[in-house]
Amino acid sequence: MGVEQKLGNMGVVTTTLEHAVNWSRTNAMWPMLFGLACCAIEMMSAQAADYDLSRFGMELMRPSPRQADLMIVAGRVSRKMAPVLRRLYDQMPEPKWVIAMGDCCSCGGVFNNYAIVQGVDEIVPVDVYVAGCPPRPEGLIHGIITLHEKVKTEKIKDYA
Amino acid sequence: MPAPPLEVSFNELKHLVSSRALEGDTLLLNMGPQHPSTHGVLRLLLELEGETVINCIPDIGFLHTGIEKNMEVKNYLQALVMTDRMDYLNNIGNNLVYCLAIEKLVDLDVPPRAQAVRVILTELQRIASHLVWLGTSSLDLAAMSTFLYCFREREIILDIFEMCSGQRMMTSYIRPGGIWRDLPDGFEEAVRQFLRLLPGRLRQYEALLTKNPLFLDRTRKIGVLTAQEALRLGVTGPMLRATGIAFDLRKAQPYSGYDQYDFDVPTATGGDTYDRYLVRMEEMRQSLRIIEQALNRLPGGAFISDNRKFVPPPRA
Amino acid sequence: MDLEAVVQDLQSELGPAVLGVERACGEIGVLLAPQRVPAAAQRLQERHGFDLLIALTAVDYWPDEPRFALVYKFYSTSANALFGLRIPVPGTAPEVPTLENVFPNANWHEREVYDMFGVRFAGHSDLRRILMPHDWEGHPLRKDYPLGYEEVQYTFNFDEIDRRKPYATE
Repeated sequence: MGVEQKLGNMGVVTTTLEHAVNWSRTNAMWPMLFGLACCAIEMMSAQAADYDLSRFGMELMRPSPRQADLMIVAGRVSRKMAPVLRRLYDQMPEPKWVIAMGDCCSCGGVFNNYAIVQGVDEIVPVDVYVAGCPPRPEGLIHGIITLHEKVKTEKIKDYA
Repeated sequence: MPAPPLEVSFNELKHLVSSRALEGDTLLLNMGPQHPSTHGVLRLLLELEGETVINCIPDIGFLHTGIEKNMEVKNYLQALVMTDRMDYLNNIGNNLVYCLAIEKLVDLDVPPRAQAVRVILTELQRIASHLVWLGTSSLDLAAMSTFLYCFREREIILDIFEMCSGQRMMTSYIRPGGIWRDLPDGFEEAVRQFLRLLPGRLRQYEALLTKNPLFLDRTRKIGVLTAQEALRLGVTGPMLRATGIAFDLRKAQPYSGYDQYDFDVPTATGGDTYDRYLVRMEEMRQSLRIIEQALNRLPGGAFISDNRKFVPPPRA
Repeated sequence: MDLEAVVQDLQSELGPAVLGVERACGEIGVLLAPQRVPAAAQRLQERHGFDLLIALTAVDYWPDEPRFALVYKFYSTSANALFGLRIPVPGTAPEVPTLENVFPNANWHEREVYDMFGVRFAGHSDLRRILMPHDWEGHPLRKDYPLGYEEVQYTFNFDEIDRRKPYATE
């Protein structure tokens, strides 16, 4: 539906449009404030002066899911928190991406027990996993740039 | 299939709120687990009358990690790694508490050099934790510049930790019997540079906040706790010291050689948020005093105990 | 403060409820029968000046009986002294009177012991789960409760675990 049908097979126009849409999505991706535990402190360090996230257009951490594009799940997700996480993910409007920051959300981390969800990809589909316990701010920035590169390869026919 | 209910049913909690809430006289607000000022996850069910909180029902457990059960199946050294992650702003302090418990139970000796290094690192971690407190609580009061300044100082401390142990936060540097490995070469110089730097910066933060009428408005007479109430509620730490009771475990039951160092225990009398702010700022200064004394008197010698039942032998 | 005098005072006040004295690692405490816990705590608070309840936890000695042992630690800020109570509790229908009226912070500690071990507290104003979700079944820190771990994926069993693992697709 949408763009592809209206423009038909006008290859050049849709490619340039893709380029423009993806460029604008990556350069101002607003993260949602979802810091749970230790990785949240490293996310705050990444936000602060030494490793600046506002050079990527991300200085606004939106607490409301309705205004955010990117959910950086930072920290361990317990079984009590899991339904809350899913509800917040559902409340985010499309397009949305998820970065699983740290070992606990990628695979359960150090905590292999009854209380922690073993990898947040059991609950929400994850785009980029950032390893580390906690990952350095540079590691998080590397994850964000990887996500940007992934977004730049998205095609209009997949989502429009 | 309908989703299971997320919350405790209202009927179970009705007895905890006043009857005015049930009539609609006061407002029942759910300050949910994800909220900018909860810094982590805390769910509060508030009963509000205007801007005054009449009743507060906390709902915790969103970060319950099952660490205790997990530590039951690990040995001492493996479980040490999990203690870092308990209070994630005070990693070295958690390691120290765990190691002190083991050392007390099995009567393990700790060489004096290790004790002095433990004191230096614990006090540095205390300053780092207080800097996060200052940054995030002033961020909540919309003073974002203090947040950036505090994290800038914290980066210097994290660089020192990285120099010692290779990790910024979850260092696991303090092990039962002493410390993991000896201090690297640039440690003393880095710490002394930090000691020269911080007092001026603390003065800058105080100039921004202490006499600021906006800050005073938001913190004076807010969250008042009297000394009697604090003891009844089992409060310790800066919150108890802000009510006037000068109880500091470092002075009362000194561990790791704290009785050799000369420092004051800051107290305040009001018990409100502003007093807790003053107590923590002064605690940072006292920590600098302790670090300086410990660094001046750093003894040489072994950095970990020889007891091979609890301490693995050195690699080389 | 002379802690031996405190022990003797409790023994004379509570008589046969005091089952023994424990001395370990430089700390002292008494073994007490469950029904007399509030009375002992009241005595410690009023007569001996122990104004802070520092710890309230439990230990599970399954399969030995009595199964649980509740551990209380009191601290006196004025005299800088620590005193402990250890309460053996049987495994079937474990119940202990609440300490909430004497030390209000026991409210949350007792909720945690109930949540993690299943020990009920008679007279508690609001005994419900505090750390686990409200509809969770079982008491996690009991020794017969499984750890609940997931098998680790190495290269040799990666694919078979991958097939079983639930992934969210959308």
